[in-house]
Amino acid sequence: MERIILHCDLNNFYASVEVLHHPEYQNIPLAVGGDIEKRHGIILAKNQLAKKAGVTTGEALWQALQKCPDLHIVRPNFTQYLRFSKLVKMIYADYTDQIESFGIDEVWLDVTHTLHLFSMSPGQLADTLRRRIKTELGITASVGVSFNKVFAKLGSDLKKPDATTLITHENMESLVFPLPIEDLLYVGRSTTHKLHELGIYTIGDCAKYDVTILKRRLGKWGDYIWRFANGLDNSVVSTKQHEPTVKSIGNSTTCPKDLNNLEDVKIVAYVLAESVAARLKEAHLMCMTVAVGVRDTQLHGFTRQVKLHQATNLSDIIAHTAIQLYADHVDFSLPLRSIGIKATDLIIEENPLQLSIFNDQDQTTKLLSLETTIEQIRTRYGFQSIQRCLMLKDPVLSGFNPKQEHVIFPETYFKG
Amino acid sequence: MKIYVDVILLNTKDGKIKPLAIVWANGVNYAIDKVSQITRAASTIAGGTGMRYTCHIQGKSRYLFLEEDRWFIEKKEA
Repeated sequence: MERIILHCDLNNFYASVEVLHHPEYQNIPLAVGGDIEKRHGIILAKNQLAKKAGVTTGEALWQALQKCPDLHIVRPNFTQYLRFSKLVKMIYADYTDQIESFGIDEVWLDVTHTLHLFSMSPGQLADTLRRRIKTELGITASVGVSFNKVFAKLGSDLKKPDATTLITHENMESLVFPLPIEDLLYVGRSTTHKLHELGIYTIGDCAKYDVTILKRRLGKWGDYIWRFANGLDNSVVSTKQHEPTVKSIGNSTTCPKDLNNLEDVKIVAYVLAESVAARLKEAHLMCMTVAVGVRDTQLHGFTRQVKLHQATNLSDIIAHTAIQLYADHVDFSLPLRSIGIKATDLIIEENPLQLSIFNDQDQTTKLLSLETTIEQIRTRYGFQSIQRCLMLKDPVLSGFNPKQEHVIFPETYFKG
Repeated sequence: MKIYVDVILLNTKDGKIKPLAIVWANGVNYAIDKVSQITRAASTIAGGTGMRYTCHIQGKSRYLFLEEDRWFIEKKEA
């Protein structure tokens, strides 16, 4: 049986939610962006008027203001966006239980087995969804309808805003094949470059190419991309109960001012390590590897990691390890703009631990109960209620709470 | 523009809520004679989204929105 898959993409999601709550922004170019003062300065979303003026997602606020001096920039309100994302999903849930999120504003729906209940064609269902999202929530969506996930996503990108696109076996050659290859899911800049070298410029070029050559050039990705281009993607839309297993827990931040030496790095590293450790404990996990990432003022960056002797969820150990990595690998020839800490190689907290005679286990137990207490105090009285003395050395650098401020994470297509 | 208002509610034994009257800022109660429709809807005039109650008050119909835990009515900008 041929599958019926919908991909719904909420148009200019953050900007649409802002405009809905502030009707006065309706007719002015608007963008949702970071904070110029704190230098989280990129455009996260923009409305149609800003788009027309050439503003693009991901560019720096100052670049956007150069292109469009009347641009009105508002700070993001993630609580509101998450609320809307949940409300939209409640609408989807009226039509199927196979709902797979792809970020906060995109989902795939598999309606193969539920469509007959509504006596509608796939296109009519897509239109119904769009109409309901528009009248009930006041924002618009583009919907792609196809027989696999990759084409459904392509479809939702074809016509925007507030439109339905159907991609069938019959029209795929005329609709999909002429599109540039970089429109295909998972064809990024470097893959595009490699494909161009092979003379592949459109999705059709790729679909008709010899798959063995693609595999030789791109490895397993060659096979994936060739299958995607031919509409042979058979990955399933996971049910909404599906929770992906966590592979790593990390936090990173762009600092309000550049970090010029290890002392500055230490302050930020402790804040990040505390957040990572608290999230590990909440998930009942421990990590065996600590990784750090840095980015300098020229936006060049790298990551380094080290394996621990013993699994941990203590902020002290994570911070010490991370700081050691920074000390070993960063020479501060250029100041750092952002740093991050990630805990990987996760194991379940209850797993038996191999103790070492060289480690002071009593000290570890003491530290664990100290950190648990600190986290309880923070839950009751707020993040700033108890802090390391080090944080007071530079309140500008330490004055953020990564655990609460960063709540929306990117997702991968290849789950499980 | 959103005008947040106090609302007198009836909480029914089967768990539903029914607005009975809007309490205006000057303390006057406007009784709701009938609620003709309840639906989730966005307010295009005031902004935001919530459960929209179409209320009939003194012969006129007016939208009353419940957005999360607050009630508001719409007012057109002058």
